[in-house]
Amino acid sequence: MTNLQLLWFILIGVLFSGFFFLEGFDFGVGMLIKSFARNDAERDVVIRTIGPHWDGNEVWLITAGGAMFASFPMWYATLFSGFYLVLFLILACLIFRGVSFEFRANMETERWKTFWEWAGTIGSGCAAFLFGMLFTAMIKGMPIDKNGDMTAHFTDYVNLFSIVGGVAVTVLCLVHGLNFIRLKTSGELRDRARDWNKILYPVLFAGEVVFAILLFFSTDFFAKKPLSTTLIVVFLVIVTALAYWGVLGNHEWLSFVGSGLSLISVVVLIFNGLFPRVMVANNPAYSLLIKNSSNSPYTLHLMTILTFSILPIVLVYFIWSYWVFYKRLASPKQNA
Amino acid sequence: MINLGLDILGLARFQFGMTTVFHFFFVPFSIGLAFVVAVMETMYAVKGDKDYKKMAQFWGKMFLYSFAVGVVTGIIQEFQFGMNWSEYSRFMGDIFGAPLAIEALAAFFMESTFIGMWMFTWDRFNKWVHVLFIWLVMFGSSLSALWILAANSFMQNPLGYIINKQTGHVQMTDFGAIVGNPQLWNEFPHVIFGSFVTAAFVIAGCAAWRLLKKDHVTFYRKSLQVALVIGLIFSLGSIASGDTQMRYLLNNQPMKVGAMEGIYKNSTEKGEWTAVAGFDTKAHKTTWSVDIPYVLNLLSYHKLTGTVTGMNQANKELHAKYDKKFGSDINYYVPTKTLFWSFRIMSGASALFALLAIVGLIFNRKKSQAILKQKWFLYIMGLCLWLPFIVNTCGWFITEFGRYPWVVYGLLTIADAVSPNVSVASLLTSNIVYFLMFAGMGVVMVVLCHRTLKAGPDAENTDGYSASDVDIDPYSKGAFNHD
Repeated sequence: MTNLQLLWFILIGVLFSGFFFLEGFDFGVGMLIKSFARNDAERDVVIRTIGPHWDGNEVWLITAGGAMFASFPMWYATLFSGFYLVLFLILACLIFRGVSFEFRANMETERWKTFWEWAGTIGSGCAAFLFGMLFTAMIKGMPIDKNGDMTAHFTDYVNLFSIVGGVAVTVLCLVHGLNFIRLKTSGELRDRARDWNKILYPVLFAGEVVFAILLFFSTDFFAKKPLSTTLIVVFLVIVTALAYWGVLGNHEWLSFVGSGLSLISVVVLIFNGLFPRVMVANNPAYSLLIKNSSNSPYTLHLMTILTFSILPIVLVYFIWSYWVFYKRLASPKQNA
Repeated sequence: MINLGLDILGLARFQFGMTTVFHFFFVPFSIGLAFVVAVMETMYAVKGDKDYKKMAQFWGKMFLYSFAVGVVTGIIQEFQFGMNWSEYSRFMGDIFGAPLAIEALAAFFMESTFIGMWMFTWDRFNKWVHVLFIWLVMFGSSLSALWILAANSFMQNPLGYIINKQTGHVQMTDFGAIVGNPQLWNEFPHVIFGSFVTAAFVIAGCAAWRLLKKDHVTFYRKSLQVALVIGLIFSLGSIASGDTQMRYLLNNQPMKVGAMEGIYKNSTEKGEWTAVAGFDTKAHKTTWSVDIPYVLNLLSYHKLTGTVTGMNQANKELHAKYDKKFGSDINYYVPTKTLFWSFRIMSGASALFALLAIVGLIFNRKKSQAILKQKWFLYIMGLCLWLPFIVNTCGWFITEFGRYPWVVYGLLTIADAVSPNVSVASLLTSNIVYFLMFAGMGVVMVVLCHRTLKAGPDAENTDGYSASDVDIDPYSKGAFNHD
């Protein structure tokens, strides 16, 4: 394994971390359109919290996909063709939720408005769940052949472990979304988000514990890397606890950063466990490794130079755009 | 399972074609709209005329709709390479991944960040800063077109690579050659000019419909004016760039040109140009045709002499070149009828656009109300708002069908590129669902644009985002008090 290959493995991890940190809360906010917001005016505010940002957040996924293609095409090809149906469903969800924000605002009849609200809610929820399921199934080990082609059956994707993984990620996104709403609104909505999180956090803790237990039995993570895996799991629980403490004690930034870090530590857990593989095969001989799945040194070198010259500029204006919209939105008056 | 005569390859091709075409309805439209809106807002900034601001906001709404659809279909497009064309991804990863990743990094971030800024910050920034946002969006989307066309150009004309002996995959050796590919610099201006034309004639067409109803005459006449000026400049531009591209292809992909011109045998010195014709594609023969002498030479070489290679000759050359590697039973004839008619629709429409723009600008001269009296003209203009989408699809057909049977010219056939492990059932499901979703989104788009148009420029902002904004600084002390 060369340094460049290692660097790109880490960069892919960073991009997915960025994606889950950012799109995590807008998935969460999306899920809340129908249940959390109680009327039209509240829904406007809830959607508006992510209005200027959701498409930028989604670009992290596009970039992660593109970077994977540009650095580990074998991984990209195996993962994407192998998880065909799951990815297809994710895409369908992303489409529905993506257009729903714009379309909802422009619908005249209540019925169509409601339709797009549900599209946004279900699309966001299912996308989060399916992402969780995909990554959990991926680390469990899949039937991959010599050519790197994966032919998985229903139970390879859908099993207790992957469902728990999916639910855990969904709940994480949900609390992250609520923490974001607390930062971006004031009044009624801001208080309600806190009440919701007080209930959701205990659920999340339970989910994390079950996930950790299943991780022990379903993957080789603890067997191969006992120390680092344990440390990351402990870190995950600690940041979740900190976030919960933030919720109880009204430290909004702490709880938001905490839930974001929880999502990131899930990604770190996965990437740490994968290393030095990128795809785990049922037959270890066919697992894809970092060292034989990557592009040529020339391309990696080129991509490294380009990335490190473009990325800083991107980060500057990306962060600036959040700065521009830092103002809180007021909750609409009751019965308004 | 019941055999429906469907196979992985056919379904994967259909899905790719469908996604590309649908995605390509919105991409040129949104690139073009970004440009036109940017021009309008710049005119507002320069002249201070509120009408231009209203124009930028009004046509900007359509831009936002098309952008939303463009983003989401773009993700399908990107994921499809891995999902349906895994063998292609493995073969081409070294070359294709780089432009795709740079596109995301350098272009998409810029586009999506600044579109959010532009959309939500009217009157919050100095007007010049706000103008800058829309230009950055426009710049970002053009940049993304550049990178994706760089990848496409490699597939049309591979340069700057070697074949890795161990893996059999392509390996990049010269990034400069990939970015400097002459195919790219022929394709890119043509696509960008085509995008500007698309937006210009959609706006002109919409404005024409409203003028027929004598609705907001000043506003729509001004919109028409801006659209037609842009439309005229860039329809001429797209004709010129199409011409250089065609002449480039004469040497580079003679089979494509042969099919576009519908000639099986090499043309004679008299350079007969086939205006319309019928083809027997099985026997590789033209069944009937209307020919005009010398025009072909004029079009191809800008002079009266010379000959153009026919498809039969091109077929022979391809067999001579590739039989050793790909076997002699491969079919190199491209879908002739599709290319022939696509080319005629595309070039005919471009000429029509230029003509319409000139006539429109004459009728729309200041002070005279001539344009309102020329109902026939407004009707034609209004109907032509659909034409750019057909033209763009034709252009894409020519480019992509014209390299059959290759996915990467001379290196990889379409049949070898497909994912072998995806089941027919999965593909069938995704095809049907995508089709329904695209159809649904298309309908919503048309309805939304129509409604926006009917509501007119004075309609209240219905984007739902204008909900009560209060200035509470989340970092201030008060923001943390909970009572």
